[in-house]
Amino acid sequence: MNILRKKSAANLPFSETVIELFIRLCGLSSIIFVFGIFFFVFREGAGFLFNGLGLGQFLTSPEWYPTSLSNKRYGTFALILGTFSVTALAMCIAVPFGLGAAIFVSEFCSPKLRETFKIIIELLAAIPSVVWGFIGLTLMNQLIITVFNAPIGLTMLNGSIMLALMSVPIIVSIAEDALKAVPDSYREAAEALGATRWQVIYRVLLPAAKNGLLAAVLLGAARSIGETMAVLMATGHSVNIPSGPLSWIRTLTATIAAELGEVARGDEHYQVLFIIGVLLFTITFVVNLIADLVIKGIRQE
Amino acid sequence: MEKYGWAGYTIICILVVLACGYVITGCSPKDGESTAGEAAAQVIIKNKGSDTMVNLAQAWAEMYTGITSTASVEVSGGGSGTGVAALINGTVDIANCSRQIKPKELEQATQNTGKVPQEFIVGYDALAVYVHHDTPLNKITIPQLAEIYGEDGTITKWSDLGITHTNCPSDKIIRISRQSNSGTYFYFREALLGKTRDFELGSLDLHGSKDVVEVIGRTPCAIGYSGMGYATSHVKMLEVAIADDAPYYAPNLENVLAKTYPIARPLYMYSLGEPTGEVKAYLDWILSAEGQKIVEKLGFVPLANN
Repeated sequence: MNILRKKSAANLPFSETVIELFIRLCGLSSIIFVFGIFFFVFREGAGFLFNGLGLGQFLTSPEWYPTSLSNKRYGTFALILGTFSVTALAMCIAVPFGLGAAIFVSEFCSPKLRETFKIIIELLAAIPSVVWGFIGLTLMNQLIITVFNAPIGLTMLNGSIMLALMSVPIIVSIAEDALKAVPDSYREAAEALGATRWQVIYRVLLPAAKNGLLAAVLLGAARSIGETMAVLMATGHSVNIPSGPLSWIRTLTATIAAELGEVARGDEHYQVLFIIGVLLFTITFVVNLIADLVIKGIRQE
Repeated sequence: MEKYGWAGYTIICILVVLACGYVITGCSPKDGESTAGEAAAQVIIKNKGSDTMVNLAQAWAEMYTGITSTASVEVSGGGSGTGVAALINGTVDIANCSRQIKPKELEQATQNTGKVPQEFIVGYDALAVYVHHDTPLNKITIPQLAEIYGEDGTITKWSDLGITHTNCPSDKIIRISRQSNSGTYFYFREALLGKTRDFELGSLDLHGSKDVVEVIGRTPCAIGYSGMGYATSHVKMLEVAIADDAPYYAPNLENVLAKTYPIARPLYMYSLGEPTGEVKAYLDWILSAEGQKIVEKLGFVPLANN
């Protein structure tokens, strides 16, 4: 034991340098990857972005005719609306359920039940998105037709339910961590003042954990915006300005996934799909930035 | 800090999708071993392309492996464009294509590989117009279809076609289509609308021939198009007439062979340069009576001279 320790102590300066260098590289790699990815995606689309594609038309026209023989039009307005509407509806479903489940797990559960619960939630998170898509395509499709008497069940609502189910595990686990991080002394103090359980949660825990809860919701939303396969299968994949939960829509991610496989490389259409990639990148960036600013604002209060 | 982790994760997910597409269009990945288990000494014929033809190509490959010991065939799908892209990169021996190769692609392939792709028509595919089996409609004309699918079309309700669709209370026709760069989409659009008019947006653009029939089978209000071979008991194939005053023809073998059914298209295979050796033997076999029998078995239409 002694000898071993001496040996490693003798090697310390060298191994220390190597390990430090390695860790430094790991830290830098994420920055390099993010910028590298952005650069390469941007480069594929840049030619057409600056030369031919009207950015105004790209963002505001709902006409998506990438393969028209007579009049090609690349308007993504309907796709952007599709992405946002399906995400918003998914959050309307997922946030109450996710936060509710998190409160239940952290405040009401017995330790044994909590362990079981967490395992099951992790299991929910482990289901691949294509399986969710399949459930949406078959089971949920039929259910929506029966319940809402809709002509077809492949709708925004269907996609939103799938997305909600996929983002609930994320929201639950992060929100639960945030609630757990609230010191017990807060709860004890509140109870000592005669607060009911509901008052403790509503007046003390939720305000105290709001940073973490907000992060949980935004991460859930980010998951929904980026999700591809499930929305491709469940939303009907139709270029449509959404008019309600039962209208069928198409998202930015699904468009890339469905069309990139068959375009000729370097084609205008190919470049436009990469510009959509840049757009998605920008959207996620803005969501994160807002989250950062909001959290900072809360901290300063 | 975890927040960045997840956001990054999301971005990476998106980019993996992009990267996959990149790989698929750019260069051919190692194809799945669909006809695995053969000895390594054999010549492996790589065959890739059209999703419409993938079942057919697979059936040929399996049958061929049974009758020859000198070659085996690896088949993968991905779409006509994917197959042609692989041909341009010289990574496949035969590309399957449900549309004719474009002049630009032909030029690229010649430039890239030094060989001129050779075209073989290996069968025909009739696109059937499908409706739910409860729909009280049996026939339709091409001009009617053009008004249903075309931009600013005038037919949007079942009652516009002169029928009362009791199982479709909204009366609205739900148009099922394909993603806008599939070979089937291209062919159907051109057959209906020519080269100057586009499809009206707002159709459900599904991702495979089979999905189209599947969804129509569950949706009384729907109309859609897909290969004749994909019919199930939940859907009905309509008889089609080329013009309002022309006779109607059902999508079946006789009508396609007689060229009276208006929406049928050839299925192509492309080899790099004049085929030689095992590739030639394989293509010859496909064009033989035996190979063409499989075409018929899978719901496609064999070549006329067999």
